[in-house]
Amino acid sequence: MRGLPWYAKLYLTAVIAVAFGLLGHGLAVGRFERVDWSTLLVLALLFLVCESVPTLLNVKQAAISVSFSAALAAVVLVGPPGAALVGMTAVFSVRPGLALTKRLFNGAQFTICGYAAGEVFVRLGGVAGVPEIENFEELILPFAGAAAVYVPLNFALIAVMLSLAAQVDRVPVRGMVQLLASYLGYATFGLLIAGLWATVQSISAVLVLLPLFVARWAFGQYLAQQRSYDATIAALCQAVETKDYYTRGHCTRVSLASTMIAEEIGMGPERLRAIRYAGMLHDVGKLGVPTKVLQKEGPLTEEEYAAIQLHPMRGLEIVRGIDFLDEAFAGIMHHHERHDGTGYPMGLAGDEIPEFARIIAVADAFDSMTSDRSYRGARPVPVAIEELRKAAGTQFDPVMVAAFVKAVERDGWEAPRKVPVPPGEEAETVVIKDHDDPTTPIQVVSER
Amino acid sequence: MIDSPRSWQGLDSGQLLLICAAGLVTVAGVAHTAAVGLHDASVAVGFGALIATGELARLTMPGNREVAPISTAAALGYTLLLDMGGRQAQHSALQVVAVLAVGMIAGALPHLAVGRPPRLDAMARRLLTGALLAFAFRPLAEPLYEMTSHSDQWTPVLGVMAAMILLALLCDIVVAALLRADQVRTAFPVAVRDELRMAAPLGAAVAASGLLLALAAHSMDMAALLVFAAPLLVTQVAFRKYAGIRATYLQTVRALARVTEVGGYVEPGHSRRVSRLSVAVGREMGLAEPELLELEYAALMHDIGQLSLRDPIPGGATVLTDPAQARRIAELGAEVIKQTGVLDRVAEIVRRQCDPVAEGPPLASRIIKVANGYDDLMGGSTDRDRAGAALERLRLAAGTEYDPAVVEAMARVVDRLAPLHRL
Repeated sequence: MRGLPWYAKLYLTAVIAVAFGLLGHGLAVGRFERVDWSTLLVLALLFLVCESVPTLLNVKQAAISVSFSAALAAVVLVGPPGAALVGMTAVFSVRPGLALTKRLFNGAQFTICGYAAGEVFVRLGGVAGVPEIENFEELILPFAGAAAVYVPLNFALIAVMLSLAAQVDRVPVRGMVQLLASYLGYATFGLLIAGLWATVQSISAVLVLLPLFVARWAFGQYLAQQRSYDATIAALCQAVETKDYYTRGHCTRVSLASTMIAEEIGMGPERLRAIRYAGMLHDVGKLGVPTKVLQKEGPLTEEEYAAIQLHPMRGLEIVRGIDFLDEAFAGIMHHHERHDGTGYPMGLAGDEIPEFARIIAVADAFDSMTSDRSYRGARPVPVAIEELRKAAGTQFDPVMVAAFVKAVERDGWEAPRKVPVPPGEEAETVVIKDHDDPTTPIQVVSER
Repeated sequence: MIDSPRSWQGLDSGQLLLICAAGLVTVAGVAHTAAVGLHDASVAVGFGALIATGELARLTMPGNREVAPISTAAALGYTLLLDMGGRQAQHSALQVVAVLAVGMIAGALPHLAVGRPPRLDAMARRLLTGALLAFAFRPLAEPLYEMTSHSDQWTPVLGVMAAMILLALLCDIVVAALLRADQVRTAFPVAVRDELRMAAPLGAAVAASGLLLALAAHSMDMAALLVFAAPLLVTQVAFRKYAGIRATYLQTVRALARVTEVGGYVEPGHSRRVSRLSVAVGREMGLAEPELLELEYAALMHDIGQLSLRDPIPGGATVLTDPAQARRIAELGAEVIKQTGVLDRVAEIVRRQCDPVAEGPPLASRIIKVANGYDDLMGGSTDRDRAGAALERLRLAAGTEYDPAVVEAMARVVDRLAPLHRL
């Protein structure tokens, strides 16, 4: 309870009070007398098992569990008061480390949701109790109504709590849509449990749960692989960068900044993931540029400049075998195009430049300016932003610059730590001109 | 680990046998059904449609294994069906085969239309497993129906169903292992364990769903098909994501391992050749799939330490390189891989890739050492005389530098693969 603001405590108390009020009301009007207690017990056990192994989703604080199916089955099988009681067992879920306040809140909100869904089910003409085989079709409409009330109510109660406890600033709407879709699947599971109860009672619950747990397991494996993959791709990109001491961490930061811009302009999760990787991998082709060209002081010859210009293509060549969205490849290939058409490798201008490339270009230049370079120290973030603004319309897409400025002003930007003097052992101490730095453009002399 | 997509000519005798058997069963089923007519046409069409949908949504699991969970579950459900909302289901095993075959072909057609030819062997296996279960179970359907309708005894009926599904799935795994052992030259017991590991979770989900479908049809009639399809979709989505990230992972390591080549640190194609050779040798020596995956990652990245060197060794770290240098590259590479925080065992393999046999490096490290030495001497050539000379040279150092068992395994692999020009 400590650490919560007073209005959050008030809300918590209110939710618990309403839950007890509903149970008390049910008791007062004698609704518990018709409840089948053995069914209730089995359902409560089922609910508890589901609640104890929540599917962790990417939303940090909200652990969504499959208990939803059990709660909705309870609505059908034991009616509103029974569903409320089943929901209440969430207090006892086996989740080590879950604070008492969270347990109480979970129990209370599940109670309310169960009761409300049960009411809707009954109002829509559903009959609480084990459904007869012949009446299955008549079950579907009331059940859909109950599910339609349960989910939004559940969301609303939790979302209010989260925002009051200030644990999340914005509830991610896009993630919620995905969540709703998976809830639809879980709702059908609930219908299955209820519909099969007449034939095989609790065995139906086991059969229904098995695919569910397998799905959960597969999803857990997927998340683990995803994390492992992200770590691996970051480590490998770092390895490519070790050649140049000063650009250490560049790929991760460009990836982050690109994601910020992409989020700001409202990209979907699939594309967000793609641009995260594209940002990470945008410079792998630099390894194909001879070190002496990258490290050359003073103006480059046309030939050397051509070698530098080749690096986006080299990068593309390396990553082409990976199953990314095509946009990611386009982003890597064109990240040095300029808005006015004077960039490379193809000299595209304006809208011809793929969206990903326009984003990465801004992120790339920004990180280059705000990191230390051997020939200059890091620029402060406001100065770099000013530079971006100045170059918007000539080098950069003004839309992307504006989106990035907005994102940085809201979320801030953690510039890389001061680079200590390189230890010289494994790193290069030679002056390297950074081809990404817009304030010190590469000078090219034409050979005559 | 994943073999390149095989063409039609690439089918070996085991697969051909399987496909022929499936074809025969299909013909028998369809002919019989055409002759005696379709029992409960609407039920057959409903299940057939679900099978077709499942085939349409087939997915490829790690190791290039094609599965179609929804289709399989629907087939199980149709096979185990005792009654549809109280009406006894009287379809014969041959009708099950016919519905299964027609549904599968219908589901494969859209794939064919967009230029993705069906994996005939995978389809044949699914069909034969379904047929096997149908021939075993359908004769029992009548007595079992009596049990459920007269005395409402569901538990023993469920037991019979579960046991039969289990047997059918085990048969499927054995067939899959036989095919795989033949295809990628791995030992049969190892293949069985690999298949079992891959098939167990999805198999459990599919089996439960199939049972559920048969039960649900009893209480919900045709609505069962709809209600049931959505939940299995959740499972399928999770597996698809998992398979997707696994594939991307491998592709990414393969792709990024090439930076050493693009940077001019090693010969073009070196990492890829060493990794293929290592995996082939690892299989020959009976490594299971998880170990093979680690071996492949380590082999792909065995030269990545070069990136940390101030001055790359021209031509890469070959057998001719000073051992101290080579060791240093291995150490630096292991450092890079350790950074991932998840590939610790791979890092260990890379770190010990130069150790002589006496120091007891892990088997994977010994394999990479031999494969690396061989490729340094061969440089991607497929000339048989040169291969013989290279092997001779490795044999000279066997026992000190190289593990003799690995060298001999590699000699067998090279001997087998050389005519195919696949190295």
